[in-house]
Amino acid sequence: MALSRDERAEVRRELDTLLPLPLATFHILLALSDEDRHGYAILQEVERRTGGELRLSAGTLYRSIQRMLEDGLIAERRERPAPDEDDERRRYYRITPLGSAAARAEAARLSALVRMARAKGLAPERA
Amino acid sequence: MRAYRALLRLLPASFRGEYGEEMLAVLERRLRDAPGALGRLLVVAGAALDVLTCALRVHLDVLRQDLRYVVRSLRRTPGFALTVVAVAALGVGATTAAFSVTDHVLIRPLPYPDPDRLVELWQSDRAEGYTNELSPANYRDWQRLATSFEAMGAFYKTSVNLVGDGDPVRLQAATVTAEVLPVVGTRPLLGRSFSPEEDKEGAAGTLVLSYGLWQDRFAGDPAVLGRKLLLDDQPYQVIGVMPAGFLFPRRETQLWLPMRFEAQAFERRDDLYLECVARLRPNVGVGAARAEITLVTAQLERQYPKENKNVGGAVVGLRDELSRQSRMLLLALLGAALGVLLIACTNLASLFLARALERRQELAVRTALGAGRERLARQLLTESLLLGGTGGALGVLLAFAAMPLVVRLVPNALPIGEAPPLDLRILGFAALTTLVTAVFFGLAPVLRSLGDRAASALREGARSIAAGRERLRSALVVAEVAVSVVLLISSGLLIRALLRVQAVDPGFKPKGVVTLRTTLPMPKYQSIDKRVAFHAGVVEQVRALPGVENAAYGTSMPMVMTGGIWTIQAEGHPTQPGESRTASMRYVTPGYFATLGIPIVAGRDVSDTDAAGTLQVAVVSQSFVERYWPGENAIGRRFRFGLLGGDDISNARPFQDRTIVGVTGDVRVRGLERRSEPQVYLPHRQQPEDAMGWYTPQDLAVRYAGDAAAIVPALRRIVAREDPTLPVADVRTLETIVAGQTAPRRVQVRVLAGFAAVAVLLAGVGIHGLLAFLVASRSREIGVRRALGARTHDIVALVLRHGLGLAALGIAFGLGLAYLAGRSLEALLAGVSPRDLATFALAGGLAVATALAGSLLPALRAIRVDPLKMIRVD
Repeated sequence: MALSRDERAEVRRELDTLLPLPLATFHILLALSDEDRHGYAILQEVERRTGGELRLSAGTLYRSIQRMLEDGLIAERRERPAPDEDDERRRYYRITPLGSAAARAEAARLSALVRMARAKGLAPERA
Repeated sequence: MRAYRALLRLLPASFRGEYGEEMLAVLERRLRDAPGALGRLLVVAGAALDVLTCALRVHLDVLRQDLRYVVRSLRRTPGFALTVVAVAALGVGATTAAFSVTDHVLIRPLPYPDPDRLVELWQSDRAEGYTNELSPANYRDWQRLATSFEAMGAFYKTSVNLVGDGDPVRLQAATVTAEVLPVVGTRPLLGRSFSPEEDKEGAAGTLVLSYGLWQDRFAGDPAVLGRKLLLDDQPYQVIGVMPAGFLFPRRETQLWLPMRFEAQAFERRDDLYLECVARLRPNVGVGAARAEITLVTAQLERQYPKENKNVGGAVVGLRDELSRQSRMLLLALLGAALGVLLIACTNLASLFLARALERRQELAVRTALGAGRERLARQLLTESLLLGGTGGALGVLLAFAAMPLVVRLVPNALPIGEAPPLDLRILGFAALTTLVTAVFFGLAPVLRSLGDRAASALREGARSIAAGRERLRSALVVAEVAVSVVLLISSGLLIRALLRVQAVDPGFKPKGVVTLRTTLPMPKYQSIDKRVAFHAGVVEQVRALPGVENAAYGTSMPMVMTGGIWTIQAEGHPTQPGESRTASMRYVTPGYFATLGIPIVAGRDVSDTDAAGTLQVAVVSQSFVERYWPGENAIGRRFRFGLLGGDDISNARPFQDRTIVGVTGDVRVRGLERRSEPQVYLPHRQQPEDAMGWYTPQDLAVRYAGDAAAIVPALRRIVAREDPTLPVADVRTLETIVAGQTAPRRVQVRVLAGFAAVAVLLAGVGIHGLLAFLVASRSREIGVRRALGARTHDIVALVLRHGLGLAALGIAFGLGLAYLAGRSLEALLAGVSPRDLATFALAGGLAVATALAGSLLPALRAIRVDPLKMIRVD
């Protein structure tokens, strides 16, 4: 997607107000980065990827989703999967370009932090 | 599952509608995946906790969102926001200030244990209808005979000179019997209070300090206990310190001394100087105590038919020791504040209604886009609470700022502090007022009128809704005008009353007179020659100062000491039963009348040759002469102080026959608004050495041509030269003393007139707002009328008719209410009629002028309506 200079500046300003991302938000963005998922699938994906370490509660999940929708980090997917695998209560969410940008910016912020820690000998050298 | 569903109801409806089902689905899946019953239990418990925390957070989210939205939309309409905040601040501020003072004085229990059982006792004169202090003999008999009281104590206020420990000072003290402090019920902070042995004649001097004096004079040093102080040259030992809030009997009391009745104190029953405080037994009411005291006094009257003739008793709750005037002043203040609050509320309702109407499109669109009524209501609530809360907080600050003015309405007749405490009670009241204001007058009318019609607003346009709301707003404007007319008239009546009181001739010329007090301590100045030497020395030196026209000493200045009333027996004038035969008595030095500007209408002033051994003379006031020898020359007539046929006392010198040598004009001894007894002045050299020490001249009056403040240091130097241990107290001008008479009135008029001004302003704003809105929403009709040939003045008349019509209705209601308000204020009106025509006319005129001013801009806007443009719309 080609953005004009003004639009890029606008996105940067927007990102500045969002960062740092809450932990749950970052994980939800990661879970949606490869495919669109419904709520429960997001929970499972987060749990799987963190090896069971992070179990988001339903309340945290949907409150995060509501705020992320408002902030434009994710969107509800309009088309649904084939009816036989669809539960009508389920809503599917996809990551937006702003969401991807936010996840990247957060990752960059975190790795910068890690680099700083490493320079002080507080983090292991890269394997 | 059902329980979980119920828990979900804690979530805001919008969130629940969106995600409730999904959360339920997640729970189902988790339950299905959970191993074993224990696992399922853990899942359920976790989910329940999750919903609770989630609900709290989502509510906070919504609040944050609403706040952001409200702030954004208010930023677009700062005029609206500022107006609402200002109006709410005025309403809440006025009410909070008035409430805190009224609560402090009238409602809040006195700061003593079981305050409802504390009463004061008075002797009453059934023939005259006065209440008086008690004589020691009657006090002792009441104490012995009455059973309604757990304990009874007597006290009188006095003042003493403290010498040593820094500059000599004059201290306000209360001389109390041992019962008084325990009756009131507050325990000393340090040490002890008086024991019965200390009440005896000849006991060693002891004293109890007030917290204030302990802090100021002794830096709060606990070692003050046991210290010896010199009061009026007598040694006293400090035995206790009372805690900070103990202000009995008066706020200004600085220390307590034990009462030591001398044996002869009980010999007479007409020496009335004891105030009496008592604690009722539990379950005995004031009424029962009053009935018992009536019986007791009747018995004493039978026993002492001469001395106790017509002597009854009065029992008054300590909280009720408040003049009718003070109470009225405060209630009027509270009433006025409520009036301002009412106007503020109607203005708020009107403002919010108008805003809702302006935003009807926005609100309707948002409804159409799926914002539930709950979300809209919540947003409006956030808005009104935010604005109301800001206004309320500002109002509390306003009330706080106004405190120095309104505390002057706190009478000093009650043993309470001057400033009401700004505590949770007051803040709670302010918060409640704010809440009611914001919710009932900001939100409710909007919601009601939004109601079912919000949806139809899109289709229908504004007119139908506008009509309904216009009626409501019109009613609000009528109420505003009515209330402001009531406030205008009430303050107008009080201003007239104030002017009338200020115009009362005090009988002396206060301008240019400085006074100060030097009270001579008694054993030291027992000798009359010493007193005379001191007074003559000071007066002579003061008269020699440049710019001083005259100077003299007197027992006290008029309006400062209002008592000192004695019965009179006039020669050749047998007293009729029930007839008042009293006069106020003062000792003065020569030149007193000239210094105060009291005219001598016949005979002469007292002179230095009126001494102990010469003819006992007196100067009396005109009303004295008129009472006993109307139309006759009173010079040379004789009278005496004391009871009829009091042969036993006629030999004591103060009660010897007095011969009148001069007649002066009358003076308002008791104050501008009270009837005063006739006055008798006696030469200071004819004061007895062994009695009447109280009446020793202590107030120096100096008539001075220049600025009063400039001469005071010279006066102090002269006093110090005569007696370096003598404190100089109460330095002020006579004008200040006279002005003090009207001080509560002036404060009240200022507060009330302020309220009235705010009310008129708000009413004007209300009329303007309504008409402006009307012109805007009827601009099409106006355009059509113009197109059909209506002339400019027809259009102006259309707008004005509306504004003035509402004003006329409001004024009509207001005049009626104002009459009722005036009737209830009658005690404060100093004889001004509550139907005072000029005040009513002026207030009505002002209200009309306000209505015209409020209608002016909308009328101009109506004229500028372009008919073509209006017809083209739609």
